[in-house]
Amino acid sequence: MSAVTTVPLSAVKLTNKDYESDQEVRWCPGCGDYAILRQTQKVLADLDIPREKHVFVSGIGCSSRFPYYMNTYGFHTIHGRAPAFATGIKCVQPDLTVWIATGDGDALSIGGNHLIHIIRRNVGVKILLFNNRIYGLTKGQYSPTSSFGKLTASTPMGSPDHPLNPLSLALGCEATFVARTLDRDLEHLGQTLHAAAKHKGTAFVEILQNCNVFNDGEWFEYTDKATKPLSTLRLEDGQPLVYGQNKERGIRLNRFTLEPVDMSKGEAKVEDLMKADSSDLNQALALSRISGKDGLPLPIGVLYKVERSCFEDDVVGQVRKAQAEKPSKNDIDSLLRAGETWTVS
Amino acid sequence: MSSTTETVDIKKTVKPVQATKDVVIYFAGDSGDGIQAIGGQFGHTCVRMGNDIVTFPDFPAEIRAPAGTQAGVSGYQLRFGSGEVLTPGDAYDALIALNPAALQARVKGLKTNGLLIINTDKFRETDLKKAQCKTNPLDDGSLDGYQIFRVDLTKLTRAAVFETPLPATLSTREGDRCQNFFALGMVCWLYQRSLEPTVQYIKSKFGKRAEIAEANQRALRAGWVYCENTETFASSYEIAPAKHAPGLYRHITGNQATALGLVAAGQKAELPVFLASYPITPASDILHQLSRYKNMNVTTVQAEDEIAAACMAIGASFAGALGCTSTSGPGLDLKQEALSLAISTELPLIVVDVQRGGPSTGLPTKTEQADLLAAIYGRHGECPAPIIAASSPSDCFFAVYEAARIAIKYRTPVIFLTDGYLANGAEPWLIPSSKTLAPIVHKQLVERNGVMPFDRDPDTMARQWVRIGTPGLEYRVGGLEKDQKTGNISYDPDNHEAMGYLRKAKIDRIEREIPPTVIDGPASGDLLLVGWGSTHGAIKSAMERQRQAGQKGISQIHLRFLNPLPPDLGDILKRFKHVLVPEMNMGQLSILIRAKYVLPAKPLNKVKGQPFTITEISNAIEAILGGK
Ligand SMILES: Cc1ncc(C[n+]2csc(CCOP(=O)(O)OP(=O)(O)O)c2C)c(N)n1
Ligand code: SF4
Ligand SMILES: [Mg+2]
Repeated sequence: MSAVTTVPLSAVKLTNKDYESDQEVRWCPGCGDYAILRQTQKVLADLDIPREKHVFVSGIGCSSRFPYYMNTYGFHTIHGRAPAFATGIKCVQPDLTVWIATGDGDALSIGGNHLIHIIRRNVGVKILLFNNRIYGLTKGQYSPTSSFGKLTASTPMGSPDHPLNPLSLALGCEATFVARTLDRDLEHLGQTLHAAAKHKGTAFVEILQNCNVFNDGEWFEYTDKATKPLSTLRLEDGQPLVYGQNKERGIRLNRFTLEPVDMSKGEAKVEDLMKADSSDLNQALALSRISGKDGLPLPIGVLYKVERSCFEDDVVGQVRKAQAEKPSKNDIDSLLRAGETWTVS
Repeated sequence: MSSTTETVDIKKTVKPVQATKDVVIYFAGDSGDGIQAIGGQFGHTCVRMGNDIVTFPDFPAEIRAPAGTQAGVSGYQLRFGSGEVLTPGDAYDALIALNPAALQARVKGLKTNGLLIINTDKFRETDLKKAQCKTNPLDDGSLDGYQIFRVDLTKLTRAAVFETPLPATLSTREGDRCQNFFALGMVCWLYQRSLEPTVQYIKSKFGKRAEIAEANQRALRAGWVYCENTETFASSYEIAPAKHAPGLYRHITGNQATALGLVAAGQKAELPVFLASYPITPASDILHQLSRYKNMNVTTVQAEDEIAAACMAIGASFAGALGCTSTSGPGLDLKQEALSLAISTELPLIVVDVQRGGPSTGLPTKTEQADLLAAIYGRHGECPAPIIAASSPSDCFFAVYEAARIAIKYRTPVIFLTDGYLANGAEPWLIPSSKTLAPIVHKQLVERNGVMPFDRDPDTMARQWVRIGTPGLEYRVGGLEKDQKTGNISYDPDNHEAMGYLRKAKIDRIEREIPPTVIDGPASGDLLLVGWGSTHGAIKSAMERQRQAGQKGISQIHLRFLNPLPPDLGDILKRFKHVLVPEMNMGQLSILIRAKYVLPAKPLNKVKGQPFTITEISNAIEAILGGK
């Protein structure tokens, strides 16, 4: 175990190619996962972290095949449990940069328990949640993020489940970094992954991903050129919350409610608008509640980012402290003889 | 025996003292009466006075079970002697019953003419009703066969505690809580035990509240003096120290020994120990204990559930530590899928299963051996893992150490089985020197030298344990089937079958680690007793009893490895006319033996959540060989 979580600098500049493994990528042609893979490889090449210090951990699902395609260390584990494996890894080698690739079923259904606990513990991992609102690998059943009434393989009369909101969940779990990005906006995806990589603590990133086989077009409203100006809100710290083709729309706080306003109609001036502040938990909570179907644009970007001590540092810190305080007892024979003993002669 | 620290404080009795060799004593009271405390303390005192002991704490699953009822009875059985003591004993020589429920529930276990100490203050109408006594046992004649000592324990304790002012005021209720120490003082007089170890214990336990420490000491001494002064107690007993092998001793429970064994393995292997666990009776003490050994390079995590605990431990092994997880039956079920991943990815892992009564929540505080087949066969797919079991509380140290050695050497999960009886039971332990522990050999791959992650050690068949983070060795591994050579995903049918047999062969090969089976008794004969786990003492005692009764052709073997089984087992079994397999389950080892060696091994089963008595096994032997 290493004592401090400092990350060594790499000697030679690597390129995205260096992060491609020799394994054939086996997602369906056109799957949104390809873009996420390429963009991740690019971001890793841009980071000053040696390749061998990256570990990709995943559960089970299409998205969880991710580690096989990264030329880094990788552990494809069991369904839903990647956060627990990652926690074990971080407690032993805290200086590794650990990434979790997970799906909406993997993270939020079978793995919901581990997800909430890794976030509250603030283990230093980057969680990439590939949200395609469907179970891809098992051929198209509804997931915990599928919309109510969704027709899927297992819900021919429509899903009776109310979906959950991953960002609100993460914030409710005391997250220290919460962001949303899209598979079809490579630049934004890259920036967001970069910001996540730089975060110390759990970085939770929801990636809206298209499954073109079982749930095609689920997010198109937010990715299509024609519709995205009005349907998405790009968050930039310190900047007013504006959207629309000409940034003529904005969001204003009315008592406790976020209110959409049209400045071109004179409903408000830019000074009246809320300014994005990723250190403000209340703002993050309010923004996370926007569903995109409620007359407000879907927030994209970093909603929340604060610093808090990491689990692995605290855990390893206790071991170091104990070792420093009781060095004399640091051998097995004295341990077995500690406490009350007696001699028989 | 000489003692290093003890100064004997007890005043020598002026009444006659009889020598005796072996005593079984039973403390029984309400869950809130402090029975476990005085039972443990009495055992500790006996150990310190050089006796051999075996203890059997038996308490309800509820923290505060309904007061005064039989369901709420907490018991502590203890046997101490001047010879070798292997079981907590069958019938008791003395029973201390602090209320009618305790009396009702346990008096069946008292020997005819046994000593019965009763707290008469607790025999009011309401107490009898709660205990479901139709008549008052104190005067209905039902206790006629015993030597009864009626003691007004509550009144006497109050008088002793409040005799002179205490350092600070104490309520009557608080004073009444000292009753258990009054009772302990009496028992100490009865068996001429030193009060000093208990005085030390009281001081360290209640040190922060001087008035409570003082009150308990007063009660303890008063109990002793009461027996010395009242006519009722005419004489006491003395038990000479046992002839222990020379050396340094300590007192140890199974859970303590398990925790220490894991630390020792980590130290010997020069690996950090990582334990993740989710609290569960009777395994939690292993987590508690290890969390206090951080200075020994031990990391502990209380996980969100047993699945997470197993997965964290596997993650830790993947990262180069000795990953461990501890649990009991229900938790073993939850860990099995994770275990299958560790088997498939060939990573070391120790899974400690402290077995308890099942199925489901079953009897959480009681003992059983019914997880054996779950441990061996409880996973999907062909998924072999070595299984190792401990046979006594102190053996947990050596057995879990062996489990760790195998896990590391063969890069495999090992399931280590103990049970509630071993976990909480205590015995004196001749502390071993770390030099006598087998070396734990392993090599982590920490540099790129042409060796690949799935290259195998030709001797152990273990694949490389790559230290992740090493430049140039980046590799991916997971639960999908792996190509035998490269470790890459492979759906090839022949490869899958080859990998299945490879995983099996690797575990089968571990049989060469098993030393020749020790046969206690003749190498061939009429009857072979085959056991595993915590039944060792009861089986051995029954065998010795039958031998003394003239049945000479009986032998015993006790298995530490349940998978693989010892290579010489088949031959040994065939040399006996009969094979009897006593187990605290419905015959799980006997199923394995019958299937593997195709011989009519007879099961002797008990699934009451209680260990075997010697008599139960003796009777079964007689049924086979005919009584003598
Ligand atoms: C214990 C267990 N239960 C069920 C499965 C089957 N299974 C594999 S992936 C999956 C759902 C995957 O959905 P998601 O996490 O959304 O990933 P996607 O394929 O959409 O990327 C299920 C149910 C399994 N592998 N293991
Ligand atoms: S099923 Fe959907 S998510 Fe899975 S690979 Fe195909 S397109 Fe991608
Ligand atoms: Mg999905």
